[in-house]
Amino acid sequence: MVAQNIAFFILAAISVVGAIGVVRSSNIVHAALYLVTVLACSAGLFLLIAAEFIAWVQVLIYIGAVMVLLLFGIMLTRAPMGKNEDLDNDSKLPGLLVAFAMLGLVVALITDAYTGVDKIALGGSEGLQTLINGKMSSMSTTLFYTYVFPFEVVGVLLLGALIGAVVLARKD
Amino acid sequence: MQLSYYLILAAILFSIGIYGVITRKNGILVLMSIELMLNAVTLNLVAFAQFNQSPEGLAFALFVITIAAAEIGVGLGLVLLITRNLKSPNIDKLDQLKG
Repeated sequence: MVAQNIAFFILAAISVVGAIGVVRSSNIVHAALYLVTVLACSAGLFLLIAAEFIAWVQVLIYIGAVMVLLLFGIMLTRAPMGKNEDLDNDSKLPGLLVAFAMLGLVVALITDAYTGVDKIALGGSEGLQTLINGKMSSMSTTLFYTYVFPFEVVGVLLLGALIGAVVLARKD
Repeated sequence: MQLSYYLILAAILFSIGIYGVITRKNGILVLMSIELMLNAVTLNLVAFAQFNQSPEGLAFALFVITIAAAEIGVGLGLVLLITRNLKSPNIDKLDQLKG
């Protein structure tokens, strides 16, 4: 468990630094690369709690597809590649206020809900083993049996998004 | 390893994403901040699923990832359209409704 905690704190620290890089970087390409770091660390965090399928979906879809799409967007909007001070507006103070209010509220709620209650923890290597055994099959059963209708609706939504993106971006 | 570690990390990432959405001017960077927030939500869903040993959360996490991909596609289409019409990807140029 100690090794798991150490790995968690390393990945969490890299994610937070990367996330601050995404919102503070003055170079748009660097911001995209910081976002890749955050998403990769999230995939590592999923692996850490034995959610290996979601971790690889994260790598394939977020790091693979979404980031390529974002880089295409940077290219097509002819965003300035180098350092550029014109990426932020002048509402830094309201932004900080809202972000800290949100953070304080959520952290207060979480600590209120999870102190005193017996701690939910993954119990030792045995707990991890039960997670790994049969996790994928139970998840597939949930997805294709209980939630098969939402699954189909998501397919139609993707088709709609595809057509919508083509219609929006086409030159006429 | 406790559930609240993951929840607090997700809260931090979500707040940073909110800060980015409010302070960024470039449309692509706003979309990146939204991705950050959606990623925090996925982290929460997976953590709840794994710590409570219920596979529903994993299915929801898959749905969130799919919808994030759809959103980024349509969002980039909109940013391209804004860039083409206003000659700038900055979304604070969208002030035609101002009286």
